[in-house]
Amino acid sequence: MTPGVSVAAGAGAVPRSHRRRGVPTAWLLLLPLIVSLASVSVYPILDGLWLSFTNTSLVTQEHAFVGFANYATLLADPQFWNAWRHTVVFTAVSTLLETLIGLGMALVLFEPFIGRGAVRAAMLVPWAMPTVVTSKLFGWLFDGQHGVINWLLLSLGLIRHNVNWYGSVDNAFATIVMADVWKTAPFMALLLLAGLQTIPATLIEASRIDGARAWEAFWYVRLPLLWPTLLIAGMFRALDAFRIFDLVYVLTGGGPADSTETLSTLSYKVLFSALQFGYGSTLSTAMFVTEAVIAAGFGLFIMRQMRRRA
Amino acid sequence: MRLARSIRPALLYLGAAAILVWSAAPFIWQFSTSFQLDRALMAATPTFWPAPFTLQHYLNVFTVKHFQYYVLNSVIVASATTLFCLAFGSLAAFALARLRIYPRFGILGLILSVSMFPQIAIVGPLYLVASDLGLLDTYTGLVITYLALGLPLVTWVLFGYFDTLPRELDEAARIDGVGPIGLLLRVILPLSLPGLVTTGLLAFIAAWNEFMFALAFTSSIAHQTIPVGIANFTNLYYVPWGDIAAASVVVTVPLIALVLVFQRHIIEGLTQGAIRE
Repeated sequence: MTPGVSVAAGAGAVPRSHRRRGVPTAWLLLLPLIVSLASVSVYPILDGLWLSFTNTSLVTQEHAFVGFANYATLLADPQFWNAWRHTVVFTAVSTLLETLIGLGMALVLFEPFIGRGAVRAAMLVPWAMPTVVTSKLFGWLFDGQHGVINWLLLSLGLIRHNVNWYGSVDNAFATIVMADVWKTAPFMALLLLAGLQTIPATLIEASRIDGARAWEAFWYVRLPLLWPTLLIAGMFRALDAFRIFDLVYVLTGGGPADSTETLSTLSYKVLFSALQFGYGSTLSTAMFVTEAVIAAGFGLFIMRQMRRRA
Repeated sequence: MRLARSIRPALLYLGAAAILVWSAAPFIWQFSTSFQLDRALMAATPTFWPAPFTLQHYLNVFTVKHFQYYVLNSVIVASATTLFCLAFGSLAAFALARLRIYPRFGILGLILSVSMFPQIAIVGPLYLVASDLGLLDTYTGLVITYLALGLPLVTWVLFGYFDTLPRELDEAARIDGVGPIGLLLRVILPLSLPGLVTTGLLAFIAAWNEFMFALAFTSSIAHQTIPVGIANFTNLYYVPWGDIAAASVVVTVPLIALVLVFQRHIIEGLTQGAIRE
């Protein structure tokens, strides 16, 4: 959808002189970017693929080809499946919550009200804040002894005793999800708001004249027109959520008892704590593959939806 | 019906208030925390207005934790990253938007797809390369990495800006005998100043906030950036929440100020990818 935007406007209108001299110049201008991406993104991905078939370890200084041995280990590794499950569940739950809450916020922000600009500006705060700061912020808010959240819930009579949030196996995962939803939902709302604003007001007006109630106008007019934006924003969010690292690493370190371990944190530990670059690369490659499958699934779904619409 | 009409605005303002509390309250609490004595922070009932007011935590952050070094490192790394991102990104975006190149959108798509690689998949191999080249625990190592991480988005957003400028400009430049580079430097860039500010800001924030590569690649206060510094902020026996809050305020307030000043541009720049049809 997006990269298909203005092919006609772009290709047809290039001045003739640039057309003649432009081809080598154009590639020359692209060269710094190509060198940068090739050496820092593409090469490491391929090298990681290679490493995943070796027993490279910075501890034993080994570096030999071992075929699929690492992958066999991976499939039988309960730690991997534990992290894989957490990552997939986290991605699904947080993306869903962020999209729904974001949509709700966007619908509020779409209506005119006094102070709307200030609210919109405030919504950028969670997004702009470094994720490490968010982790520490939630560490303090949800502190088991002195956290203000426990105090609030106690005061409201919703809980009887202080809850041990991210320090207990039962609640740590939920705390991580809440922190992520807090940070990302407002941003999602701003994306969806921009989508809502592209829907012609006349359509809503027309449906109102036809006697549609507010929710009918939403369900039958706005939602279908917002659908592409929702899907694309959701896809980018899901891909991003799948990589979650900072929040977990700083807030819980993957604990307690591995209850919040995700693929990124597990890979990081195998790479930089155990210094097993072979097996660590196998983990990260497996993650890359899972993410590619998610992206492809989303992409196919979006394309089918678009085609049905077109 | 009449009831509904009077309830609607009330619900609207309730929703708006909820969004405001959601977005701002946690950080305001962090802000208040940074000015409170440890004694007040550990009390059974939290104090919302800092009384007695103290700057002790800020003092700790700078005199005990030497936070100014992390700030300096972050400023250097993020600024250098931003400059290189804008330079490389505008060359590439210009080539894609204004010069004859085929397949234009194929290349753009490829560049964007590179940004989809999970970063954990490149951090290991990149660490080995940086180690071989002696780039571990250097600014250069971080800047080279952040440049590649930022370039796809920067190029994409700048492409959007360059692509909307009228084509007559190119024609006029050609008649005046100005080559492609002259066209970029003297016409396209000056006209895209808002776009450059937005993209620069996005690149800066991304580099300022990045954690994983900084954690893996740097090992001393001489080159560690703010996120690594804050993540390591723990004492042996207790968590210094007041100090952490003070450090959080120091790194977040400038960022928030920048974002509020440029909010309209940021929202435009970021939504361009997802919304344009």
